[in-house]
Amino acid sequence: MENINKINRRNFLKLSGLSGGGLILGFNWSSCNSPKDITPIKTMPKEWFGINAFLKIGDNGLVTIYSPNPEIGQNIKTSMPMIVAEELDVKWEDVIVEQAGLNTEWYSRQVAGGSQSIRHGWTSLRMAGATAKQMLVNGAAKQWQIDPSECSVADGIISNKKGESFGFGDVAKVASTMEVPKEEDVKLKKTEDYKIIGTDRGNVDIEEIITGKPLFGIDTKREGMMYAAVLRAPAFGQKLISVDDTEALKVKGVQKIIKLQILQRQKFKGENVMLDKIAVIANSTWAAMKGKKALVAIWENTSPAENTISHKIALNKLADSKSKKPVRIDGDPNTAFAQADEIIERTYESPFLPHNCMEPMNFFASVTNEKVELVGPIQTPEWTRGRIASLLNLIEEHDPEDKDAAKIAREKAFAKIDLQMTRMGGGFGRRLYGDFALEAVQISKEMETPIQVIWTREDDMTAGTYRPAVHYKIRAAIKNNKIIGYHLIEAAVNGNMWSSLADGFPASGISNYQCDNHSLESNVSTGAWRAPYTNFLASAEQSFLDEVAQKTGQDAVQMRLNILNQAKTIFDAHTKLEEEIKDKEKLKAAKQGLMAKGNYEPDRFIAVIKLAAEKGGWGNTPLGIHLGFSAFFSHNTYVAQIAQVKIVDDVPKVDKVICVVDCGIVVNPMAATNLIQGGVIDGIGHSMFGDFTFENGQPTMENFNKYRLIRMDEAPQIEVHYVNNGKSPSGLGEPTLPPAGAAVANAFHSATGVRMYNQPFVKDNKVLG
Amino acid sequence: MATYNLNINGKMQTVEAESDTPMLWVLRDVIGLVGTKYGCGIAQCGACTIHIDGQAMRSCQLPVSAMESKKITTIEGLSADASHPLQDAWRQHDVPQCGYCQAGQIMNAAALLSNNSNPNDQDIDDAMRGNICRCGTYNRIKAAIKTAAKNS
Repeated sequence: MENINKINRRNFLKLSGLSGGGLILGFNWSSCNSPKDITPIKTMPKEWFGINAFLKIGDNGLVTIYSPNPEIGQNIKTSMPMIVAEELDVKWEDVIVEQAGLNTEWYSRQVAGGSQSIRHGWTSLRMAGATAKQMLVNGAAKQWQIDPSECSVADGIISNKKGESFGFGDVAKVASTMEVPKEEDVKLKKTEDYKIIGTDRGNVDIEEIITGKPLFGIDTKREGMMYAAVLRAPAFGQKLISVDDTEALKVKGVQKIIKLQILQRQKFKGENVMLDKIAVIANSTWAAMKGKKALVAIWENTSPAENTISHKIALNKLADSKSKKPVRIDGDPNTAFAQADEIIERTYESPFLPHNCMEPMNFFASVTNEKVELVGPIQTPEWTRGRIASLLNLIEEHDPEDKDAAKIAREKAFAKIDLQMTRMGGGFGRRLYGDFALEAVQISKEMETPIQVIWTREDDMTAGTYRPAVHYKIRAAIKNNKIIGYHLIEAAVNGNMWSSLADGFPASGISNYQCDNHSLESNVSTGAWRAPYTNFLASAEQSFLDEVAQKTGQDAVQMRLNILNQAKTIFDAHTKLEEEIKDKEKLKAAKQGLMAKGNYEPDRFIAVIKLAAEKGGWGNTPLGIHLGFSAFFSHNTYVAQIAQVKIVDDVPKVDKVICVVDCGIVVNPMAATNLIQGGVIDGIGHSMFGDFTFENGQPTMENFNKYRLIRMDEAPQIEVHYVNNGKSPSGLGEPTLPPAGAAVANAFHSATGVRMYNQPFVKDNKVLG
Repeated sequence: MATYNLNINGKMQTVEAESDTPMLWVLRDVIGLVGTKYGCGIAQCGACTIHIDGQAMRSCQLPVSAMESKKITTIEGLSADASHPLQDAWRQHDVPQCGYCQAGQIMNAAALLSNNSNPNDQDIDDAMRGNICRCGTYNRIKAAIKTAAKNS
């Protein structure tokens, strides 16, 4: 756990490239929410002084903070710099935020994924700010010839006991040349002293967004740039036989049509598996798209064409089969089920889901012999750069056994690649996979010209890396109206569940527990989709528990608390042993026979559930309102939700959702609440409407006329509450989505008596049971 | 290629484009006004919303050949200094997440407010249904429209 926050000391030593004036691109005055009495520094400094990888200070006290991670709408471009600014002790109004470039020497984990940016960055961002502050203080102390401990800092001003003061700008130059203080000599603030963390700060890109300035990858323009649209196989598992480009070449503006070399499929499942591609290069996006439409290509199946009905049958069959080895087994589930008064068994089904980022996939590449310039929306810049280096054979041959030689070869190759991250019009996991960036690189290399690849919405929806279709079968053994056994079985296209998920709630809270998973191999490419692995598991599990509570006459909330109380006794027993026995081997021996812990802290889980019950009026429901409860822990964050459903014109309508979150310290409440509201609405939208089917290997939905996304009139009000416990922050991009489907399903049941087992809940405008 | 004289954001501009090119791509590729976004190309998402003679239209469906003599307004020309009541309300409510659809949302909302200065929830739902926000900022869009209506 602590390793994730280990800082890279080199971050604080490297100064090259950050000093001096430099070009300030896309800077933002962050003062839009400033109180009236604060006067921000309004002029740019004459000179900047690099203090460390995260910040530079101008001679007038203005501070530039680099946001290291890619921005996909999770608002880390505001919240990560807030953490640095807090420890630097500067006024937020005097901070300019810039997107950092890809730099693995300076930053660790420049990834947008897994809701991990804030959690991983928490210590290094604070240390970056605090170390810089200490250097500024040391610089001031040197000029005053006093001990640094005699200085105090507030809002970018360093003062001594005589009442003299320096602004950060006055000592920035001397500070930039000072020795970097040792880690142990840098003090972090107490949480109660925070002035920026925990306050509402507006999105640093708001001005560009609301005035339509170039900001996103798709907005990239370069001298001589051409546009490329790419034709891919209409169905999964096909190869190209022939293409007739006669008509396409007649389209005015089309310059050239090329076949792209076939890339090997990556080993992991997320890579798009359509290997044969034909690129139409034109002088405008419209001409490229029209040219693509005019291509006449013949394709042939290389593997059987798949369809939704066969997926469904195969997944149900797998869920009924015996797995080779359970992922987790506690107690004696077989005996528990044999001794049960009653067995409740339900199957839950969900379809594939496309990501549908509003900004369709695109990327800019300019490949020359000397340099590769890349600009675009990518959640995994580091990994993508590595793949591009391999694609272009930029990594010189070296002894594969020689690690140093390999590192030098890689660094040499990477020095040629300049990858610039843009703000992304959504990610949701799709932009973890850089297939679109590789296309741009291939085309630019072949065309010897700067290229922007743009996917049409149809390309984006039909050549995706989808959330795999998943079925869950869940069984509960009931004795004396109590759950004595629980069995979770997953069957998913191309596998889904990480083995660690078997340790999720209710594991360790039920004495006899088993979890199995099965994979259905498919030629449809699948990958991470917002809250991978749990986005439908939570729906199935929390719907199931609601039904079990109803059937056994238990209160749905109290039943969960009972399970958590049992999990707590296991958790506490582990904690006690861990405190008493420091020797690893002895500890392991002492834990023999003790049930494994769950992957969650029961106390924190109990706290969010209790607060949700209180805020959502559980047990105290006004007439005409029907409640549904759901709670889930994922991505290190605890979430409990209560959905309120009303019957309007004989149709259940989700009116409001109360969402309680424990993500530890909330860095920027205004942004956090936005992300939580969006996550819940996204979860509800996909549970209700998300449907994606295949016929003859081909997706049957290819644009928003057939694929239904939630719209304003269908989105309920989301009321957000936080558990304030001062713990280190975790992320919010994903964890509020998984429980939302079940909150709605359970409220629908309260309202109508009908259970929702399959997603989507609504088809052809009818609510299904 | 044909030449068209277009009135964009109060300024006459001469562009060369194929007659069937949608205004969306004329704005983005020819003129370089990239605030108007491509989302679906079939008038289903609203990301490309602009004003034609004050009415909200989907620019992906408007061929450039039909645009002469029209008054075209894009997000870049909604206000001279980013001070439209909706832009202020968007700041106040910190509406965007990823931000990609927001220009289209604002343009659509601006047309709503110019036709109905005090819309109720139903009016807002009806007017804004054609604009998808994949991040789900609907609560804030609605609140911001109400604030803007109050401050207009």
